[in-house]
Amino acid sequence: MTYTQIALLAALIMIAADIYVFKTKLLFRRVFWISYSIVVFFQLVTNGILTGFGIVKYDGAAIIGSTSPQEGSPPMLGDGRIMFAPVEDLFFGFSLVLLTLVLWVWLGRTGIQRNPRSGPPRKSVHKILRVK
Amino acid sequence: MSQFAYLSVLAGCLVGTSWLEFFLRTRVYQRTIRLVLTIIPVLIVFSIWDAYAIAQGHWNFDSRYVTGVIVFADIPLDEILFFIVIPICAILSFEAVRSARNWDAGDEGNQ
Repeated sequence: MTYTQIALLAALIMIAADIYVFKTKLLFRRVFWISYSIVVFFQLVTNGILTGFGIVKYDGAAIIGSTSPQEGSPPMLGDGRIMFAPVEDLFFGFSLVLLTLVLWVWLGRTGIQRNPRSGPPRKSVHKILRVK
Repeated sequence: MSQFAYLSVLAGCLVGTSWLEFFLRTRVYQRTIRLVLTIIPVLIVFSIWDAYAIAQGHWNFDSRYVTGVIVFADIPLDEILFFIVIPICAILSFEAVRSARNWDAGDEGNQ
């Protein structure tokens, strides 16, 4: 299987895990989507460093785009890439984050260290976080 | 840029999220058992994927920018640490949003 195929399959498996296997149903909660948006922004930054500097390189036969150049950066945008990284990485990241949060919440549901719960934020950050 | 390039990115992720535990009282590191039990299956699943992808040549690592330490199945230490660091950052972000907005995630139990 190519990276494209595995990444799409993994995303589907993790979606099924969330809804049908662990029944955490995070995909129906805004807390998941807001935290995932924050994570995906920083994924684009950090993964952009890993791929833009060629720390990690990809084979064109496994992805939609072409093989990473031996020296220099791949395209920042286009040729199947977003912020230097193959678009497949977005599905990889989605799968990694979703599985992680599903397991974390599922463990909490079973009663494993449900407490101490998170929050409330310290007074000093209330203003920048617009805590009501 | 050096053999610590990959590790530096991971260190940046840990440093960049560390303030959440203190200022938003995410209590993620504090719930160590739950954190470890979450990471273990993630580490196993994604290491299998990584091992397959490396064996198939889907991706490879520039030897100038990784430690050169191989853990197993040609997986660099840097990658193994990635599968520990990123889940920690994801949970910290998740618990930070909960802390700041007081939104339910379904594991609150009877309050």
